[in-house]
Amino acid sequence: MSKDIRIKKGLNINLVGAAEHTTSKAVSSNTYALNLNDFHGITPKMLVKEGEEVKAGEPLFYDKKMQDMHFVSPVSGELVEIVRGARRRILTLKVLADKEQDYMIHKVPDLDTADAEELKTYLLQTGGWPFIKQRPYDIIANPQKTPKAIFISGYTTAPLAAELDYVLQDKRQEMQAAITALAKLTPGKIHVSVGKKGDSVLERMKGVELHKVSGPHPAGLVGTQINKIDPVNKGEVVWTITPQDLVIMGELLLTGKFNAERVVALAGSVIKNPKYYVTKIGAEISTFLYASGVKQEKFRLINGDVLTGSKTNTEGYLGFYNNTVTAIPEGDDYEFFGWNKPVFDKISSTRALTFSWLQPNKKYDLDTNTNGEHRAFVVTGRYEEVFPMDIYPLQLLKACMVKDLDEMEQLGLYEVAPEDFSLTEFICISKQPHQQIIREGLDLLQEEIG
Amino acid sequence: MGLKEKMHEIKLKYQGKKMAPAFNAFHTFLFTPNETTHSGSHLRAVDDLKRTMNTVILALVPCLLFGIFNAGYQHYSAINGFPENFSLFEHFINWENFILGATTVLPLVVVSYGVGLLVEFIFAVIKGHEVEEGYLVTGMLVPLIVPIDTPLWMLAVAVVFGVVIGKEVFGGTGMNILNPALTIRAFLFFAYPTWMSGDKVWVHDAVERAGTADAISGETILGYLAQGNNTEMYAKYDLSEMFFGFIPGSVGETSTLLILLGGLFLIFTKIASWRIMLSAVLGSLAMGLIFNMVVDFGWIPEYSKFYGLMSFDFWQHLIVGGLAFGIVYMATDPVTGSQTNKGKWIYGFLIGFISVMIRVFNPGYPEGVFLAILLMNVFAPTIDHYVIRGNVRRRMKRMKNATILPDTVDGAGAELKAETV
Repeated sequence: MSKDIRIKKGLNINLVGAAEHTTSKAVSSNTYALNLNDFHGITPKMLVKEGEEVKAGEPLFYDKKMQDMHFVSPVSGELVEIVRGARRRILTLKVLADKEQDYMIHKVPDLDTADAEELKTYLLQTGGWPFIKQRPYDIIANPQKTPKAIFISGYTTAPLAAELDYVLQDKRQEMQAAITALAKLTPGKIHVSVGKKGDSVLERMKGVELHKVSGPHPAGLVGTQINKIDPVNKGEVVWTITPQDLVIMGELLLTGKFNAERVVALAGSVIKNPKYYVTKIGAEISTFLYASGVKQEKFRLINGDVLTGSKTNTEGYLGFYNNTVTAIPEGDDYEFFGWNKPVFDKISSTRALTFSWLQPNKKYDLDTNTNGEHRAFVVTGRYEEVFPMDIYPLQLLKACMVKDLDEMEQLGLYEVAPEDFSLTEFICISKQPHQQIIREGLDLLQEEIG
Repeated sequence: MGLKEKMHEIKLKYQGKKMAPAFNAFHTFLFTPNETTHSGSHLRAVDDLKRTMNTVILALVPCLLFGIFNAGYQHYSAINGFPENFSLFEHFINWENFILGATTVLPLVVVSYGVGLLVEFIFAVIKGHEVEEGYLVTGMLVPLIVPIDTPLWMLAVAVVFGVVIGKEVFGGTGMNILNPALTIRAFLFFAYPTWMSGDKVWVHDAVERAGTADAISGETILGYLAQGNNTEMYAKYDLSEMFFGFIPGSVGETSTLLILLGGLFLIFTKIASWRIMLSAVLGSLAMGLIFNMVVDFGWIPEYSKFYGLMSFDFWQHLIVGGLAFGIVYMATDPVTGSQTNKGKWIYGFLIGFISVMIRVFNPGYPEGVFLAILLMNVFAPTIDHYVIRGNVRRRMKRMKNATILPDTVDGAGAELKAETV
């Protein structure tokens, strides 16, 4: 039995350079790195010193606040560098990989008989836990709180993102194992959503509530689905996990091995042959970037999709949660009378001498230019057209900007993550940094209310 | 290509200096900047505030052109009498009208933009923020909503007042409570009431000639109606003249046809809210109908001073005076209007409703649109507040019915629920 969710509000951003459905194995990387910025709100305490050897799956550090939560190395090798920033904050951990990979093997729990406590401890110790994120606050799940439900979105709507239907094809067993384990951690349901048109292995999972989603982006964002299925109330917690992370968690539960392997889409108009690569978390992006080839020297490389990813460069590493790497042109050039001439080659949410409404299915080659300057909020009613949640987006953003905690709570900040505001940010006429505003709002709320 | 590089060099030279905003205003007028995204979405849609404001100005240009020709037409018709068989190209669109209109209207435009932008630049330089685009539209609206013979010094004083008190003291574009163009109009009206009303200011030269042998009248339709001279008015103007705009009035507000087209353009481009426009039209029709009914029931005697406007057909309110112009270009200002979709319906409806009410009951000056919009500007945040409370209440109710799991062992969840219920 499945339920249908139809999203009407939204906007599909069609871009050139979608990854073709072919997968190659990326050459193995020399070094692998964990970027600490991926783990929002975690204060690392190192378990391994610079120069020491680790196995794949061996803990590198734990969180200062939740000490049983281990973060493990994706490969075996020598911890060659701890990159530190201002006030000696750890930024990146680099591991020089061994030629022969040596895995740390854990004793696996019996999925049929294990209880919640046992599974929790196992995931925390083996490095599988950080894949679970929680709302409110969009941070790694707090193991001391019980979620009312767990949400998994198997529907891809973000521009150029890896198509989950394709990536997950033969991962049924692993995902089922992870879902079986997660089901024991919540008294509520596990909500899995798939595209209405499409064929996902997630449809055949046992022990889940299946939802078939249709509609434009952000229908595929888990936040949109939570809002439609079972919104978060104050005091409640829900967990979310992405399907590609379920695969790693599942393998960890079945074999006792932390196998950081992941299928990653390399996409974007700058890439000559956009396609999929099998690589590992933390791998050097250059190991597969140049295999596909790039069309120009200067471009924006993004860990993730174009709306929510983080900026990186050709020396960067694949992020902990990312299954997409995108390369698009930089837009650091002036445009003569760009603000008043008719525009045919860029996407617009209005029809003010912009003509993208004529061809809704045309694929665009957009660059990173902001197409205008930062301004105060002026126009109204535009965000609502691409924001399907039952929340007033403009008012919530303003509440975050003025740090009004009561308003933030009442207007629904507990229900959102920064990525839910990626589309309103895209169409914002005042070029305001929505995701940053929401992130700062969430951090403040967590700090003040906890 | 030379210009682009040269401007870029100057920009780098000025960076961080006091005068940077002034230069950047010119620079970004010529070129969209080379800024790229830093955080969040790596892509941005093409629309920006300049394009938005530019679209509104495009929608106003027909009104301005019509206003120029109409200035000449009204002036010469007042002197020589209205032409018998009116022909658009013979009597309206001709050089004579254009030259007279251009010499009277364009100075208003120049003063409005010149003074207003100067104030904006000064504030931008002092406060170190970029020159925002809000005044591009305000500067165009102002000459269109004032009487043709408004002395330029009065206009300049009003613009300074409107921009400083109406906008900059609140923090500039996007922060103001009152529509700046209407603040300017209201300032003119209350500071120089004898100039801004009566039957002399609406046609060029009428004030100068008053009391001489060549005296001409420039009574507006609302002026006639306010005095109860309905039959006289209908004898002079027919409905098509009112709709097409060949009547005396503020510079750009007479042609309902062009305003309608401008409004449709703004709705099509998604720049202005159709909700506000539609509900304002409905609101004014509703109030007009109520007054018509009052007259039909015979509650108002014919000698009453309200009779003229009360008996005026309800839908004709929309084609005379500034109502249509106000609804399309002023009520839809997103900064000072309601910001929620539901709120926009209420806000628009009340603007139309109150506009017609003020028309009928205001003894001194029969046009009530600008007062109605300013009044609703003040109440827009209140309307939004109650609309948003609806959303908040829904969230509260949902929480009340939820079974909140104890977040730790001590049952703090239950406590939490009790405290907020």
